[in-house]
Amino acid sequence: MSVVSARGLTKVYDSTAVPVHALRGIDLDIAPGSFVSIVGPSGSGKSTLLNLIGCLDHPTSGSLTVVGEDVTVLGREARARFRGDHIGFVFQDFNLIPVLSAFENVEYPLRLLRGGATGERRRQVQEILDAVGLGEIGGKRPTELSGGQKQRVAVARALVTGPQLVLADEPTANLDRDTALLVLELMKKMRDEFGTTFLFSTHDPRVVHEAEQIFTIEDGLLRSGGGAS
Amino acid sequence: MMALLAIAARNLLRYQRRTVLTASLITLGVLAVLLFVSVAGSFRGMMIGQITDAMLGHLQIHHRGYVESTENMPLHLNLGPDQVQALTARLTTMPEVEAVSARIKFGAMLSNFTETTSIRLTAMDPEQELATVPLLGGRVQGTDPRQLARGEILLPDVLARGLKINPKDTVVLVATNRDGSVNGQTFLVAGFVEGLSGPGGRDGYLHLADARELLRLEQAEITEIAVRLKRPEHTDRVVGQLRLALGAGKQGQGAGQGQGPGAGAGVGSGPAGAGAGSGATPDGKPAPLEVHTWDQLSPFSTIAKMIDLLTLFVQIMLVSIVLISVMNVMMMAVYERVREIGTLAAIGVRPRSILLLFLLEGLLLGVIGAVAGVLLSYGVVGVLDLADLTFSFGRQEGLLLTPVLDAATVAMVGLAVVLVSALASLQPSIKASRLDPISALRHV
Repeated sequence: MSVVSARGLTKVYDSTAVPVHALRGIDLDIAPGSFVSIVGPSGSGKSTLLNLIGCLDHPTSGSLTVVGEDVTVLGREARARFRGDHIGFVFQDFNLIPVLSAFENVEYPLRLLRGGATGERRRQVQEILDAVGLGEIGGKRPTELSGGQKQRVAVARALVTGPQLVLADEPTANLDRDTALLVLELMKKMRDEFGTTFLFSTHDPRVVHEAEQIFTIEDGLLRSGGGAS
Repeated sequence: MMALLAIAARNLLRYQRRTVLTASLITLGVLAVLLFVSVAGSFRGMMIGQITDAMLGHLQIHHRGYVESTENMPLHLNLGPDQVQALTARLTTMPEVEAVSARIKFGAMLSNFTETTSIRLTAMDPEQELATVPLLGGRVQGTDPRQLARGEILLPDVLARGLKINPKDTVVLVATNRDGSVNGQTFLVAGFVEGLSGPGGRDGYLHLADARELLRLEQAEITEIAVRLKRPEHTDRVVGQLRLALGAGKQGQGAGQGQGPGAGAGVGSGPAGAGAGSGATPDGKPAPLEVHTWDQLSPFSTIAKMIDLLTLFVQIMLVSIVLISVMNVMMMAVYERVREIGTLAAIGVRPRSILLLFLLEGLLLGVIGAVAGVLLSYGVVGVLDLADLTFSFGRQEGLLLTPVLDAATVAMVGLAVVLVSALASLQPSIKASRLDPISALRHV
């Protein structure tokens, strides 16, 4: 069973004078545990597709199933709960909370979404920080970390709640090539370790070949997909 | 919930200076309100105590219409011996009543054999009077008012100074009797009474039996009965009971009936509730008695109401301070953390949790300010109590300021601050919870 399955997915932004057709009928299937990239130029619809799969937005039409659930029928609260239960996010700008340490940033979603005993929670956070190679610097604040380290913390934060799917919108856009490759390697390693499906968007040809499956999107249409590198 | 509370507390520490400034503002507001309430309450309580304990008693019973004509001190609106006896019997059986004092109020001419002036007089039984208005003793110079004997008089100090009257001097009182004739009698000046604001504050005092002799009252009639209660806060309850029992309705209805002493319904003869509010006895005749509380008899009640009004204004100011400062801080917090809110929403924190998170931050700010304000207020009030501050009221000097913070006021102010903080945080919190995650994540 696919972790993501879309059929005839469209998204039209009609808040402007001229409606913008961001997605014009996308069909795709993503298998569990895969490492997938969505590639395309700026404005092609990559982020829109990720937002729909991430339940941050509603499609205009078409069907979309994520982790076996039809997410098009979910309301605002239900979508939030669904995201907390099944999806992790990694952002281009890391979106770490500057006044919290790396450890606390990773702990934040656990405290808010899962609760639980402090000791167990801290053990989980330390485990995931060790897994991304930051076990020794959990006490540092984001301003004291390099770009690569920040994105590692962001990956740890995305994984700490145990999601089946991690969505990363341009996760390497703010990193140099070597660091970008290291982050992608880490994500792949995490996929191997936790069995999590990773879906990331990029328009950077330097890193696209790291994906095992590539969907190319242009003008809201899927031009190609399924090709493993 | 506890996780949200812990995170809210942590978030407040992010912007320490802002949190400290806002909490300090709330603290100062709470301090100002509680100090004002306690000091004004002390002043108010002191003044009320002076008026009730040195002059009026907590309530008074008169013949209907007497209070309206009190400036003339009419003698035809006296209470008869049967009424007095029945009233006294009823009052002394009421558990709330501590003491009662029967009085005759009248006007007379006072002469020191060289000059003559008018004087207002209160005739009383010294034991009863001192039990009812115990602070009267503090107003009297030259003698113990309990020892006031027949043939002795206590003169208002201002009047005595004006006429150059000294203790042990002999003076003459000439009074007009009820039938229009006049009668005179000599008195020995036993001492002087310090004046007090309000009705009866410039009265001289003499023995009840002397007044009856001077006024040629053949029966043991009186003008009023002053009542002292064990707990002043029971005044309204006791007045209500008395009005029901006496068939005396709300005050201010109907003019004086001009009935002679002893006329009217018997005390407590009607069933409970009969005549209440209508001022009528069960047999339909106008009730002959009226019950007045101290505040209906004293102009100071207006000052007391002004103090209450000022207290209300100060409390409104506090509410405004808390509302504006907390709302300002929370609005800033939301605007500064738009991306963070977007991130929280994206990772699955539900809108209601985001709302609660910001609401708790505002609430905590209010709680911190309120707790600090209350603690500081207790400290300052304690220092004021230790400082033995005195003040003057009218001609009275050296009144000791004893501010007290009662738990109910503290709880009310604290609760108001916390509720207003929550209210002030509500709009920013709702705004935060309704932010679109995609737009919030793009916010720069």
